[in-house]
Amino acid sequence: MSDRRTIEVTVNGVRHTREVETRLTLGDFLRHELGLTGTHIGCEHGVCGACTIHLDGAAARSCILFAVQAHGCEITTVEGLAKSDGTLHAVQQAFRDHHGLQCGFCTPGMQMTITAFLAENSSPSEKEVREAISGNLCRCTGYQGIVAAALDAAQKLRGA
Amino acid sequence: MGARNVGAVVKRVEDPRFVTGHGRYTDDIVLPGMLEMAFVRSSEAHAVVKSLDTSAARAVPGVVAVWTIADLGAIAQKPMVQSYPSPAIKQNFTQHPLAKDEVCYVGEAIAVVIAQNRYIAEDAAHLVTVDYESLPHAIDVREAARADAIPAHRGAQSNIAATVAWKFGDAAGAIARAPHVIRETYRQHRGAPHSIEGRGVIAQHEPAADQLTLWSSTQSPFLVRRYLAQYLEREEAGIRVIAPDVGGGFGPKAGHYPEELVAALVAMKLGRPVKWIEDRREHFLTTTQQRDQWWDVEVACEPNGKVLALRAKCIHDNGAYLPYGLLLCMTSIVPFPGPYAIPAVEVTLDCVFTNAVPTSPIRGAGRPCAAFIMERTMDSVARTLGLDRADVRRANFVRRDQFPYETGGRLPTGVTIQYDSGDYAACLDMVMKSSAYTAFEAKRAQAAKSGRWIGMGIASYNEDTGLPPYEGATVKVLPSGRISVELGSCSQGQGLETIVAQIAADQFDVDPEKVIVKTGDTAISAIALSTVGSRVAATAGPSVHLAATQVRDKALRLAALQLEAAEQDLEITRGAVHIKGVAERKVTLGELAKRLVSNVNVPLPNGFTPGLEATAYHTPERPVYANGSNVAQAEVDIETGAVTLLDYRVAHDCGTLINPMLVEGQIVGGVVHGIGNALYEHMKYDPDSGQPVTTNFGDYLLPIATEIPPIRLEHMESPSPLNPLGVKGAGEGGTIPGIACIVSAVEDALKPLGVKLNEYPLSPERLLELIDEKRSAK
Ligand code: FES
Ligand code: FES
Repeated sequence: MSDRRTIEVTVNGVRHTREVETRLTLGDFLRHELGLTGTHIGCEHGVCGACTIHLDGAAARSCILFAVQAHGCEITTVEGLAKSDGTLHAVQQAFRDHHGLQCGFCTPGMQMTITAFLAENSSPSEKEVREAISGNLCRCTGYQGIVAAALDAAQKLRGA
Repeated sequence: MGARNVGAVVKRVEDPRFVTGHGRYTDDIVLPGMLEMAFVRSSEAHAVVKSLDTSAARAVPGVVAVWTIADLGAIAQKPMVQSYPSPAIKQNFTQHPLAKDEVCYVGEAIAVVIAQNRYIAEDAAHLVTVDYESLPHAIDVREAARADAIPAHRGAQSNIAATVAWKFGDAAGAIARAPHVIRETYRQHRGAPHSIEGRGVIAQHEPAADQLTLWSSTQSPFLVRRYLAQYLEREEAGIRVIAPDVGGGFGPKAGHYPEELVAALVAMKLGRPVKWIEDRREHFLTTTQQRDQWWDVEVACEPNGKVLALRAKCIHDNGAYLPYGLLLCMTSIVPFPGPYAIPAVEVTLDCVFTNAVPTSPIRGAGRPCAAFIMERTMDSVARTLGLDRADVRRANFVRRDQFPYETGGRLPTGVTIQYDSGDYAACLDMVMKSSAYTAFEAKRAQAAKSGRWIGMGIASYNEDTGLPPYEGATVKVLPSGRISVELGSCSQGQGLETIVAQIAADQFDVDPEKVIVKTGDTAISAIALSTVGSRVAATAGPSVHLAATQVRDKALRLAALQLEAAEQDLEITRGAVHIKGVAERKVTLGELAKRLVSNVNVPLPNGFTPGLEATAYHTPERPVYANGSNVAQAEVDIETGAVTLLDYRVAHDCGTLINPMLVEGQIVGGVVHGIGNALYEHMKYDPDSGQPVTTNFGDYLLPIATEIPPIRLEHMESPSPLNPLGVKGAGEGGTIPGIACIVSAVEDALKPLGVKLNEYPLSPERLLELIDEKRSAK
């Protein structure tokens, strides 16, 4: 049952070389092998978006990827969003300013989805933001604060 | 003193850790030597487990044990403790931590696999073969309620667990005499909870001290400890339950579950810590839900819309067991008649066992169901008598001058039901104004010209919040001068840490961010119960206020001594006590705190007890009533049955606002939960096999961002006279009227067709069916 491979990945700028089981999901690898527990697992079937990370810059669901698929890739997790001096990323700051989170469980995935989205669309409409996060479930907030946060962060990132 | 924090928009103190991924949820905790568990669960709705073959599972490398109930010892041979026992229960079934021989729903745990990690545990669980003898099952609640029904439990006389009644006034007489009597049948279904973090537990046992510690994703660490202690026949002092960060609760995490008991028993037996993390499929199969209720309702009214009496009968699907006693049933009947002054009410409810996952309160518990009946009733009165829906509500509201208003009902404890404060009609006016209620007919006519079917819905509610008896709080000034607040209650995202920091900060004129808040741990000495029923802000909140006030008084008393001044000449600014107007004649809170811990052979100041701290309990006798009115606008595509929500307005009154931003978050989130219930969420079971058929997020739909209209909120503040802060709860106030409001809007959109909507969820398929019925009849 235990087919193992060695992988090399760069996570939040740090390079890791690990031998992993081929069936280990990327989400579990990040959480349990690297201890980056900010990436959350909400459904394990690719729908809730809580496990969203950036894989070579694009938003991806770490629960339905295997760690071995990330071999040679650059990964960013929620822990890699803030600056090293602790300054929050504009999206993180906006989540706090607009009450875009309650329990915080969907939050890392939401933030990773939104940061990837804003990199592609720097001045989205509210409708576009709602579409961008339509693959992320939040049971607490009703999304309103999250949408407001994304729009505000977009503005801040544009330097407006 | 600086600006007051209570009432202000204060950013949440918990956010920095959450937005950076540094929250600490149950699955984030790793203990040395920890093993993981996976469960073998029933694949049958109702069966006897004849035998179990675990040999292949045990042979998997990395598997430590595969156990059934027999392996858990003599103590685990009894059924689990019921959370809210009641003498009204005629037939009582709670489940065993692992099934004994009969299984009564798909998902019931039969065996546990303990292994090096979850991957191995799940592999092995799949290798356990279970030999079932299938039994006939009861899945449709109306069939199960019949006298000759197939029993959901082998050998049971019937499936009726209890019949409960809620009654005051003479409903039968009023119905016999009334000029108008309206009769309707309703079906309700609220689905599953789906906090995005599922349940989870870690158990650890230290044999030397015989100390058991559980980390559980729970709303009620103190209650989990209580039930564990009862079941395991241990002292509560030997058990510590910690709720770390919890990723949403919504009700079903308020009880205790088989997995918590199994984890505790396994940790004790193996002498190693164990973890179990629920996956989404298990959440669908095993976390308590709220399923079908069928209601027959008779309403007596006068030609002016004044309701004279309501008589109703409800059949309630409680699922296979009664883990919460009759809590959900009672919360479905006791809220009548809501915000209305109705002289006679008679509601009876049959609590029925079926072979489906057990039920429990979910956000609002039975209150959204009662509100649905009340609000659909108001709409049907308006429809029948040709009156405006808002006018009918206004004609029936408890008036402002009637507070405190006694409904006529009494709680089982004998306490009269009394609404403390509010202005229901003013709240309705507020939302009518913000939603341009009176301009809607013109808007509808305009839309109709382009073939669009739009409608407006309305719903009002009130809610018993801040439920007795208490949530304790300890406030301390630490020797450093920092303020600490300790609460046994915990948060599942509501922002409890922030609001208690605000409340405490106000007494010492400090920054709420600097207040250290500890919650959710039975090692905290202030006793707590449970974060449920919109109660913690209005119970723990006042307790924090009382404790902080006591600490402040003690600080002033000591400072008066030290500064040789009269107490009334002192004030507290930025954490220091000084003589009013003379900032330099001061002593800091930290210095005062140090003086009261003192040292060996240094006596305390005369008349002082040690520690600049206090523990306090606000102990209300009755709840405080929040209220509000909502207006929704919806559009229906009558070719597809699809509903689009266009606008949603809320006017809401939860007394004094501690933090308007957080209240808004609670209300908006609650409304969206209501949208899910009204339009999307349906936990379906196949009637033939008793199998649940919606067990992933593809088949079971939660509301997503694109389906949510703008939700605008206005606050009214009628402080409660029953607690020192005047606060009331807000956690469920969006959901309670939300379902009724949306159904009202959809029905209104279809008004030209005459479609009546006495049910939810309103799937496109179901709406099309109802639309087509009317169209083909035309
Ligand atoms: S956990 Fe990956 S999408 Fe839900
Ligand atoms: S904040 Fe709780 S799920 Fe989104």
